[in-house]
Amino acid sequence: MLIGHRPKEFLLAVEALTVSFDGFKAVNDLSLYVEENEIRVIIGPNGAGKTTVLDLICGKTKATSGSIQFRGKELTKLKENQIVQAGVGRKFQTPSIYEDLTVFENLEISFPRGRTVFGSLTFQRDAAVKDRVEEVAEMIFLKDRLNVYADQLSHGQKQWLEIGMLLIQNPDLLMLDEPVAGMSVSERAKTAELLNRIIKDRSVLVIEHDMKFVEDIAHKVTVLHQGQILSEGTMEHVKNDPKVVEVYLGH
Amino acid sequence: MIINSRFFNRSELIGFVALALLLFVILPLTLDVFRLNLVAKYLTYAFVAIGLVLCWGYGGILSLGQGVFFGLGGYCMAMYLKLEASSVANTKIQSTPGIPDFMDWNQITQLPFFWKPFHSFPFTLLAIILVPAFFSFIIGAAMFKRRVGGVYFAIITQAIAAILTILIVGQQGYTGGINGITDLRTLHGWDIRTDHAKFILYFVEVVLLFGCIVAAQFIRLTKLGRILVAMREKEDRVRFSGYSVANFKIFAFCAAAIFAAIGGAMFTLEIGFMSPSFVGIVPSIEMVIYTAVGGRMSIFGAVWGSLLVNFAKTSLSESFPQLWLFGLGALFIAVVLAFPDGLSGIWRDYVQPHIDRLIASRKSKARWADGSVADGAPAE
Repeated sequence: MLIGHRPKEFLLAVEALTVSFDGFKAVNDLSLYVEENEIRVIIGPNGAGKTTVLDLICGKTKATSGSIQFRGKELTKLKENQIVQAGVGRKFQTPSIYEDLTVFENLEISFPRGRTVFGSLTFQRDAAVKDRVEEVAEMIFLKDRLNVYADQLSHGQKQWLEIGMLLIQNPDLLMLDEPVAGMSVSERAKTAELLNRIIKDRSVLVIEHDMKFVEDIAHKVTVLHQGQILSEGTMEHVKNDPKVVEVYLGH
Repeated sequence: MIINSRFFNRSELIGFVALALLLFVILPLTLDVFRLNLVAKYLTYAFVAIGLVLCWGYGGILSLGQGVFFGLGGYCMAMYLKLEASSVANTKIQSTPGIPDFMDWNQITQLPFFWKPFHSFPFTLLAIILVPAFFSFIIGAAMFKRRVGGVYFAIITQAIAAILTILIVGQQGYTGGINGITDLRTLHGWDIRTDHAKFILYFVEVVLLFGCIVAAQFIRLTKLGRILVAMREKEDRVRFSGYSVANFKIFAFCAAAIFAAIGGAMFTLEIGFMSPSFVGIVPSIEMVIYTAVGGRMSIFGAVWGSLLVNFAKTSLSESFPQLWLFGLGALFIAVVLAFPDGLSGIWRDYVQPHIDRLIASRKSKARWADGSVADGAPAE
């Protein structure tokens, strides 16, 4: 034991994480550490296990073995809603919003208060809620669309709305699965700007295929291949790694 | 600024007043006691339908076993009334006086333990609410915590309805069997079989129905109501927004069960008996049809659906008894295919716009007449 040589406190420490579906190891002995206020991008070819890693962290999939420590809490033992309450927010790949509700109501449901049955029966839409919803709506470029039903929004606006629903939760770790997929060029630029603005005071874990976008936002990049880490480091480092070029970027 | 903060918006207020006028004034004034009692019977299903609006329409949880809760409420009430009708004086010809007649026929010589508390009226009233609430909580917790939903849940509720029917029929000595609990006479010494009593009970029922409408509307307007809609659409998003989806489903299912039980208890009072034929699969599915016809997203629609389908059932089955079930099936298919929002959807899409236009043109005319044209008044 080395005294005074304690490892640095990570926000998220994934260690020896494995999940197998009928013998197929979608994630195999994976270890990943995310620091406070870091933007980490996960890239990799299709089927590399990127989305599965996010599913494991947020509790959607249960790990076969390994541990996920978040601020010292073991997430593999918690239920999905407890993981959210611990401070982890997750955006899904396809926009996952409530189309029969208005933009305001979508954001309000994610407001972190009154999350129990009784709490939601007695929930009051007071000034704090309204102010926060308007504040977030302005950030996600939807301020003048608060009363619009969400099914009227464009694809890009739906993606922003879901990001907004996560922002209002104010998570310490924000996980985004392909946030710019299917967006137009101008929407992409706006999303990058949005992400750069919202990463203050929180860590972000992003899965993305768009290399230009990855270069714009990543502090550090992790390349996954067949459920394992192929390479990790700065974008510059990863880009020049021959293994990465071979399995992913070369194509 | 965002959402109308009033309890009812304008069209809901019109619906509320129209229904209140019909049920409190028009029907009691125009119908004889026999027909009014029929309406009362139809309305007992409206309680179930209102519950289904919350549970199925809003929450997306299709229960094909609401007859179970209707029956539990109805049987609780029937047990109380039966005990009162089985006083020692009334049953002195039996080999064991003082117990219900069907027990005596089945060689039971002592009142079973679970019948004893039903001597008390306050206990009975509590049981009407708590017994179905307890059962729906157990069923809901067992299913929803394990993430059983959709078609599987619907099938399981059907199975429960079948099981309860078989249980009631099989345990004849304790439940009255296939005949149910019959020959109910008095409530707290008040004869419920007279025309006057039926008239009073009708009003009691309508008041309770409006209580349920207001309660359902209250739930619908809270954040819980919006979470139900959100859950129906994107269950995972709700879960990953920090909510325990199972608890919200249990709540909706329990609320629907309690509404159904109140309807069942009123049924027993109005009709004077309770039997397994109101518990099983067929009545449970009929209750879903009432809701679908009325419009599964509309609380008022549920009441109209129950009234109209039952009215059609009575008049058609009087003239074409064999055809009625085919008619009901065809109605359900037609509604699902052509009008997924039921009567309330037809009203909203075809009738409401005309009313709105009428009101708008009246208002603009009035403004013209005043000579003070407000800015933005419609030109047409």
